[in-house]
Amino acid sequence: MNPVVNAPRIAWRVATVADVIPETPRTRTLVLDVAEWPGHRAGQHVDVRLTAEDGYQSERSYSIASAPEDNQLALTIERLKDGEVSPYLTEELRAGDQIELRGPIGGYFVWDVSLEGPLFLVAGGSGIVPLMAMLRHRDSALSNDDVPARHRVPARLLYSSRRWDEVIYRDELTRLAEKDETLEVTHTLTREQPSDWTGFKRRIDRVMLEEMTWPPSEHPNVFVCGPTPLVETVAATMVDLGHKPERVKTERFGPTGGAV
Amino acid sequence: MNVDGNAAAGVLSDLFVHDMTAARAKCAGCGVIREIAELLVFAHGMGTVVRCPDCDGVVMRVSRTPTHVWLDATGATSIVINLAAS
Amino acid sequence: MALISRGFRGRKRSADVAERLPPGQYETRDFPVLSAGPTPRISLATWDFSLQGADGKRVRWTWDEFNALPHSTVTTDIHCVTKWSKFGTAWEGISIDTLLSEGAAKGITPSPYVMARSDGGYTTNVPLADLMGAKAWVAFGFNGAPLAPEHGGPARLLVPHLYFWKSAKWVRELRFMENDSAGFWESLGYHNYGDPWREQRYAGDE
Repeated sequence: MNPVVNAPRIAWRVATVADVIPETPRTRTLVLDVAEWPGHRAGQHVDVRLTAEDGYQSERSYSIASAPEDNQLALTIERLKDGEVSPYLTEELRAGDQIELRGPIGGYFVWDVSLEGPLFLVAGGSGIVPLMAMLRHRDSALSNDDVPARHRVPARLLYSSRRWDEVIYRDELTRLAEKDETLEVTHTLTREQPSDWTGFKRRIDRVMLEEMTWPPSEHPNVFVCGPTPLVETVAATMVDLGHKPERVKTERFGPTGGAV
Repeated sequence: MNVDGNAAAGVLSDLFVHDMTAARAKCAGCGVIREIAELLVFAHGMGTVVRCPDCDGVVMRVSRTPTHVWLDATGATSIVINLAAS
Repeated sequence: MALISRGFRGRKRSADVAERLPPGQYETRDFPVLSAGPTPRISLATWDFSLQGADGKRVRWTWDEFNALPHSTVTTDIHCVTKWSKFGTAWEGISIDTLLSEGAAKGITPSPYVMARSDGGYTTNVPLADLMGAKAWVAFGFNGAPLAPEHGGPARLLVPHLYFWKSAKWVRELRFMENDSAGFWESLGYHNYGDPWREQRYAGDE
């Protein structure tokens, strides 16, 4: 249930960096303590605002990586070559520093276990972030012992990355899938693969989607997130395969790091 | 596009004290009464549009500026909240 | 005063970038799409574009007729109210000046205000003066290729000197109005005119 919020969500709040965790060579997770955080749903994002000493301000949107059940807020940020904000957030910020953020924002690209499944997630690169929040929420909300509950909400993730060392949350995803027979994680590595790789080696296409997803008769909830070309292709293909457009939710990322 | 009314409820929770997921709206376009949870939600960087799945008419529009939240509910003839359920 | 983030300096803004950026904007090399699901696919066989006078008189072009009009190309910067700006975007289309003169030849008299209407019901209002004098186009090509559906294809309005919500995607009609009337976002808290250089984002902004 949505809690009644006293402070409006459009208000800027102070977030203190508790930890900066390296995920891949180009991504870091910021673990934040946020004053009076009203709670969020998996899939939502926040706006982050930075102010320089001369008053110059810059804002970007970042998806929330942490589950609603967690005490601290986590944002996973990819450092962009040309970026103005991401190099600061991934290379300069230290524990104890403060930034401003507001949110949670987004009522459309959200999922929680009450919406049930099957849950089909398709991620490209840093598009994994909001989908990871959904998987972390699923894991927190469904007890390990409640096997029937997990079978009612089966989940599959199809995750496209360029290389194995660029797969964000790689070990955690492996661990989650190993302990839960109702969760399947499938990777495709599009540029380079380890020598013993037996998985997919190409961009996500119709054949791959057809193989990995549930048929339309099972009415999966589909979430697609990543760079625009990937999202457009996957969403259009899913509709072509017979899934209702209203069941295929999309979020497009660009180098600005913007959600939506 | 999405049939998940929790999307609309999320947007409306800034405006309404009650949980709006189960509230019922009568579409001004075609007269059909549906739970808000059944309406189609289009989120957009500038705002959110909630449409009727029967006639595709716009039932509600919401935008958020730095200082205000705007709601246009002229596409709903009425919205009914069951106090016992909320 | 907002909280200052230790050590944040912002991108070194070169002089020419700083000049080209309206207040509150940042440059993007990407072309963000603001929409939330699969995009509408419109058939060219049934597509048409109209000018409608305030008196109800109408001139209409099919896709083939529209493409037969003299084409223009324009390279310009665009600015979205959600704060991204993109420099040097290249478009191909029909200038509104051309459409107005073609319309005049068929008895369409313009009025001071225009409402652009799109597939799906989207509307946006623009003063006629802001559509004339090589300031606006109906664009069907972007960066040398047909305009993609997610970016408004087959054709969108292009009015780059105003915030990009005025450049209505999937445009089908320009309707002249004697009096101004607020379009979709203009009636929901956004500025009626939308000049990025005066940062007119929201209703009430000077």
